[in-house]
Amino acid sequence: MLRFENVGLRYGVGPEVLRDVSFALAPGSFHFLTGSSGAGKTTLLKLMYLALRPTRGLVHVFGQDVSMTPRTELPDLRQNIGVVFQDFRLINHLTAVENVALPLRVGGAKQVEIDSHVRELLSWVGLGERLDARPSTLSGGQQQRVAIARAVINRPRLLLADEPTGNVDDRIAVRLMYLFEELNKTGTTVVIATHNNALVEKFGHPILRLDDAELSVRRKLDTKETS
Amino acid sequence: MFSRHSDLPFERDQSTRFLPWIVALMVFLGALMFAAALVVSDAVDTWDNSLTGRMTIQIPENETPGDTIQKLTEALQSAKDITSVRIVPDAEARALLIPWLGEGVLESGLPIPSLIDVEIDAGSRIDSVLLQARLAEIAPNVAVDDHRAWLSALIDLARTAEILAFAILALIASAAVVAVIFTTQSGLAVHAAIIELLHQMGARDSYIASQFQLQALMLSLRGGVAGAAAAVIVLLFFGWIGRGIDAAFLPSLSLSLLDWIFLLLVPAGAVTIAMLTARVTVLRALARMP
Repeated sequence: MLRFENVGLRYGVGPEVLRDVSFALAPGSFHFLTGSSGAGKTTLLKLMYLALRPTRGLVHVFGQDVSMTPRTELPDLRQNIGVVFQDFRLINHLTAVENVALPLRVGGAKQVEIDSHVRELLSWVGLGERLDARPSTLSGGQQQRVAIARAVINRPRLLLADEPTGNVDDRIAVRLMYLFEELNKTGTTVVIATHNNALVEKFGHPILRLDDAELSVRRKLDTKETS
Repeated sequence: MFSRHSDLPFERDQSTRFLPWIVALMVFLGALMFAAALVVSDAVDTWDNSLTGRMTIQIPENETPGDTIQKLTEALQSAKDITSVRIVPDAEARALLIPWLGEGVLESGLPIPSLIDVEIDAGSRIDSVLLQARLAEIAPNVAVDDHRAWLSALIDLARTAEILAFAILALIASAAVVAVIFTTQSGLAVHAAIIELLHQMGARDSYIASQFQLQALMLSLRGGVAGAAAAVIVLLFFGWIGRGIDAAFLPSLSLSLLDWIFLLLVPAGAVTIAMLTARVTVLRALARMP
């Protein structure tokens, strides 16, 4: 599904922000990505959703070596990756429905199909009454749910979320995690970057831990992280 | 097609506000230049068709005793490559002078030379000096007026003006291209965040470029129609003025139906240039993204 081999990344001539990162995600797996602020979680996610190219090492996405894939074929890979951004990145002049519909439109889905799927999903995340609301009129939590709905609307093979529960209360956070788990059960590989150790512990999925630009894979949190 | 919803909020762009005005001005100037080129081209064709292949033989009034004209006519008819010889009636010769000397010329005792109109076989070139030398044996002061000599200078001048008009048209088109490039680049900068988002979602370059292309179409269409309408008004005005001018040899300022159809190419060309420029600019910029 996703494999990194000795991946390193530096911005310009600065120090490496990621160093010798190697891991593999099996299809249908669920991982948390943790690490202190500035550890490189967002950078690692950017490499996963092909917004950056590594300065060294190999990145394989859906079995394809990204460095060997022609640029014209990258959109096909990206259409199978859903991303929830930390800052939501909703388009302000579009309604909630239109924002969520974007990945489907980009993928060339028919309008009838788009309408029914989008309304259904927005209702499921509790925004059935705010379908035509613009992001600026939504609360932080509502915007986050729109962002999540947009990331999962086309049932991506890989879902990457950067602090998806950062702006919602615990009850909504748990509900969103259940949404991600539901999606995971249908075969989507999920990676959630988070600081919320309580959620990590509660759901108990394996952890990709970034420290000092290096990555380690763990089954659960350290004792000092849970305390 | 025109109601297609855009992912990019172009209506909020300050930079696009001026593009219709720029295109309108370009189309207006371009249409006038194109019309000027068409008028000159039509005039050159008219001059060419009416005067090429003709010569006029002038015999001073005091050299037309007896059968001189008849002898000259026979000499001309027997010359190689001359297809037709016609003695211009005196009344017709005087009528030619009316635009220059007024109606009084008909009653005045002004000496008018006798004229012989000669048509030459198309494609042949008669040496007018040699012909004059031959005719001078019959009438020593005869003059052979070969229209080609001065007509070719006039046509060269007109062709230069025509080329100049097209060169200015090309400059106007280049300026329009530059304006669209700057507007599009500004749009790319303003909407960078949304473009990056669409790119990450898997939008192909053509998906994003088509939105800019559609925006360029709408803006340039608005400007193109306005510019063309203004140009039509001005050209109709010139045509109306031109009808009042009685100058036989000046080009007609009125445009033919075909010319008007050709003129439609200017706004259509402006819209096409704007669309293609926007598309190419966006595609080139997106090609730099990972």
